[in-house]
Amino acid sequence: MADAAPLPRVRRRRVAPQAHRSNALHPGAWWLWALGLATAASRTTNPLLIGLLIGVAGYVVAARRTSAPWARSYGAFVKLALVVIGIRLVFAIVLGSPIPGTHLIVTLPEVPLPDWAQGVRIGGRVTAEGVVFALYDGVRLAGLLICLGAANALASPARLLKSLPGALYEVGVAVVVAMTFAPNLIADVQRLRSARRLRGRPDRGVRGLLQVGLPVLEGALERSVALAAAMDARGFGRTAAVPARVRRTTAVLTLGGLMGVCAGTYGLLTADGTTYGLPVLGIGTAAALGGLWLGGRRSVRTRYRPDRWGWRAWLVAGSGAAVAALMIAANSGDAGALHPGVVPLIAPELPLLPAAAVLIGLLPAFVAPVPPPAEAPVRERHRPRTPRTPCTPRVPRTSRTSRTSRTSRTEENPS
Amino acid sequence: MTMIRFEDVSVRYEGTAGPTVRGVDLSVPEGELVLLVGPSGVGKSTLLGTVSGLVPHFTGGTLRGRVTVAGRDTRTHKPRELADVVGTVGQDPLAHFVTDTVEDELAYGMESLGLAPDVMRRRVEETLDLLGLADLRDRPISTLSGGQQQRVAIGSVLTPHPRVLVLDEPTSALDPAAAEEVLAVLQRLVHDLGTTVLMAEHRLERVVQYADQVLLIAAPGEPPVLGDPAALMAVSPVYPPVVDLGRLAGADPLPLTVRDARRRTAGLRERLARVEVPAGAGVPPGSGGVGAGAPAGADGAGPAVRVERLAVRRGRVEALRHVDLTVAPGETVALMGRNGAGKSTLLSTLVGLLAPASGSARVGSAVPHRMPPRELIRHVGLVPQEPRDLLYADTVAAECAAADGDADAAPGSCRALVAELLPGIADDTHPRDLSEGQRLALALAIVLTARPPLLLLDEPTRGLDYGAKARLVTVLRGLAARGHAIVLATHDVELAAELAHRVVILADGEVVADGPTADVVVASPSFAPQVTKVLAPQPWLTATQVRGALRAAEGETP
Repeated sequence: MADAAPLPRVRRRRVAPQAHRSNALHPGAWWLWALGLATAASRTTNPLLIGLLIGVAGYVVAARRTSAPWARSYGAFVKLALVVIGIRLVFAIVLGSPIPGTHLIVTLPEVPLPDWAQGVRIGGRVTAEGVVFALYDGVRLAGLLICLGAANALASPARLLKSLPGALYEVGVAVVVAMTFAPNLIADVQRLRSARRLRGRPDRGVRGLLQVGLPVLEGALERSVALAAAMDARGFGRTAAVPARVRRTTAVLTLGGLMGVCAGTYGLLTADGTTYGLPVLGIGTAAALGGLWLGGRRSVRTRYRPDRWGWRAWLVAGSGAAVAALMIAANSGDAGALHPGVVPLIAPELPLLPAAAVLIGLLPAFVAPVPPPAEAPVRERHRPRTPRTPCTPRVPRTSRTSRTSRTSRTEENPS
Repeated sequence: MTMIRFEDVSVRYEGTAGPTVRGVDLSVPEGELVLLVGPSGVGKSTLLGTVSGLVPHFTGGTLRGRVTVAGRDTRTHKPRELADVVGTVGQDPLAHFVTDTVEDELAYGMESLGLAPDVMRRRVEETLDLLGLADLRDRPISTLSGGQQQRVAIGSVLTPHPRVLVLDEPTSALDPAAAEEVLAVLQRLVHDLGTTVLMAEHRLERVVQYADQVLLIAAPGEPPVLGDPAALMAVSPVYPPVVDLGRLAGADPLPLTVRDARRRTAGLRERLARVEVPAGAGVPPGSGGVGAGAPAGADGAGPAVRVERLAVRRGRVEALRHVDLTVAPGETVALMGRNGAGKSTLLSTLVGLLAPASGSARVGSAVPHRMPPRELIRHVGLVPQEPRDLLYADTVAAECAAADGDADAAPGSCRALVAELLPGIADDTHPRDLSEGQRLALALAIVLTARPPLLLLDEPTRGLDYGAKARLVTVLRGLAARGHAIVLATHDVELAAELAHRVVILADGEVVADGPTADVVVASPSFAPQVTKVLAPQPWLTATQVRGALRAAEGETP
């Protein structure tokens, strides 16, 4: 037997095992990691550093994302980020920029505005400084968006929901259900628009979109009623009997706690309230958490195989936190390199230490469990619900589900 | 032991003239598979809903009398409080799913009930094995096929170990093989676990042999009768072809399975051996006179459809490969094959919703995907799987007026068609208030207003009872007799046998069989209609055909 062959396999197993249900990384770890990167991105305007951050996030997504439907949202976030950069640039060019600049690129015809619109400018001088400043700003926003997109692609929203405290579970379900409705709505619009073609009407254009609006909303409403019925029949919303005393205490704790949080935050923000701000905020938070914990006693739910927070989750979350912390520290040290000036226009440099810090964010690509190859994209033909055409096998949506919305019912009689 | 007890139950929805179901007074014993049978609109779904408590807690309406399930009164128990004794699966499994992966979905009901984690884990593993879902445990539900989804839906209500399972048309949307998969699971539950199953289904040919008892509602407002399947099939207004054949043969008790029918209709086979099988299966003598008049382009001698080496891609998937198909005017072709085989893709390509990746698809002389919609509807019309997608207006009259406008037809032409296909429908009826069969007829009339020489139908019999199906068959035969070419994609082997001159079987985007109906379906065990199976080796397809031949033979030799 060759000695070389088993070695990589052994090493790979030690670094990151294949993912399955039991060792799946806690979705909260992915979110903390991504929020760490996002915090770092918000602390700098250096496009090289942000580019590096985007690269790090992209590499981790490429290495660790599954073929699940939510994992495909990453591409959408990247496109959105590009749109944001574009919008920021257009605004800077058309509405002008407060940055004083000497490198004139072009002078647009300026729209004369009345006196009351003083300070607003449309058209006029476009300087290289202004455009570069807008670009830096846009890139920073894009970096934030892409970090969020990475979290979305890597962590299943439904699994995250399982980690919510019991009292918040029902709110969480509403959010997740709403999120899954958006793709269905889009599928409906596409189906009904192409059905217009079958009636001999144009299937493109804005009018076509408007005319299918009502049927689409009707369908969405019907589907939500059907889902609500199914959830009810499966025991959603069963509650345990809780003594009235506990119920009252829960309400008092939650409300009082929230008020404390508000008062404490206000105290912290005003100049003369710094003495009482912090303690009130602390007490308020504690009371609100207590209320949530007590409220959870009303819920009889148990959790099936919740994700465990293991040492891999600590590493992933920690790497994100480390990136954020080092970037904040670098900000207090050498702020100049993190915020390259635009007046005078200089080429941004890559500060070595912060760049090395950003690279820590690559850690999840080595320690997080590897998605199994079996999860390779499933063939399209097995996905009856994907938006296809009007005559797609959209598994039966029948009028039965709309029984509640019917006002009168005329049924066919067998003749 | 009684599991479900109805005591003088009636349900009435607000705004209706009379109660939807009434006089229900019976009890269902534990561990029985009870099949709810009746034409559409007799309140089958309502009756099922009263068991899970969704009627009236969720749907509104007034329930009189008392329904008790495992001793719990549904008036005082909400559906969520019955969740541990009743499992409900509706018609659309996708509307049922709350989570996104198979394993989570199986656990969802148990989580709601608050079972201990180790119990949940054990039951999920058991259920995965019971339903053959172990390989799919981590798969996102949206990537599963129809049969798999239906099994997951059943599994998801099984894990809390309910004592009653309520199913509304569990096999209607499935191809024959997937339907058998689901029914095998149900039978196993009844036999091994003693679960009581209450199920409504239009496609009786698939399910009636599994039923221990049949609950028959013969007409709207009539009190239901619970009894022996064979005895009730003798009086039921809806019955599968095998029962039809048994009635023809005068068998008593009536056969419910192909095997019984073969044994009990030996005499019929002998009589038929002396009778000649009419040529051209499915073409009845003196077909009905319903239709849109001669189609606009039927005078041309060329084929109505010519598809050559057609390939269609959806994203990266090759949905169709090297498909060749020719349909002559006046010919009816049934497209069959499992879910996802490419039937709907082929129909979409023929109406120009999809462009061919290579090869060509021509309808008459036209290339569908290059044609503006107004022009297109004169060449080809498609009734989609969900006819409601074609309907936008508030009333039947407005819908017809719009169709006349779209097709540049004389005002009133669509209304005349509706009157022909759907007699007795008031102008101001809302399309949503029509039954499945009526809505299909309305959509068909709208499509026919432009008098297309080629008519396409996607899964037209889903949700139709035998009466509505028979009317559809008459209408389509009339159209074919007037020179319309008809292509229908269907899972319904009985419909194909009744109607089609030719059957084309698609598998994985390729044509694997193309020939006269009698040749193709007789050769295939899964696509053969019941009558063929019973009367094999004689090549009979439908009970109608047999009846006609017998009558003709009797006429000759009285």
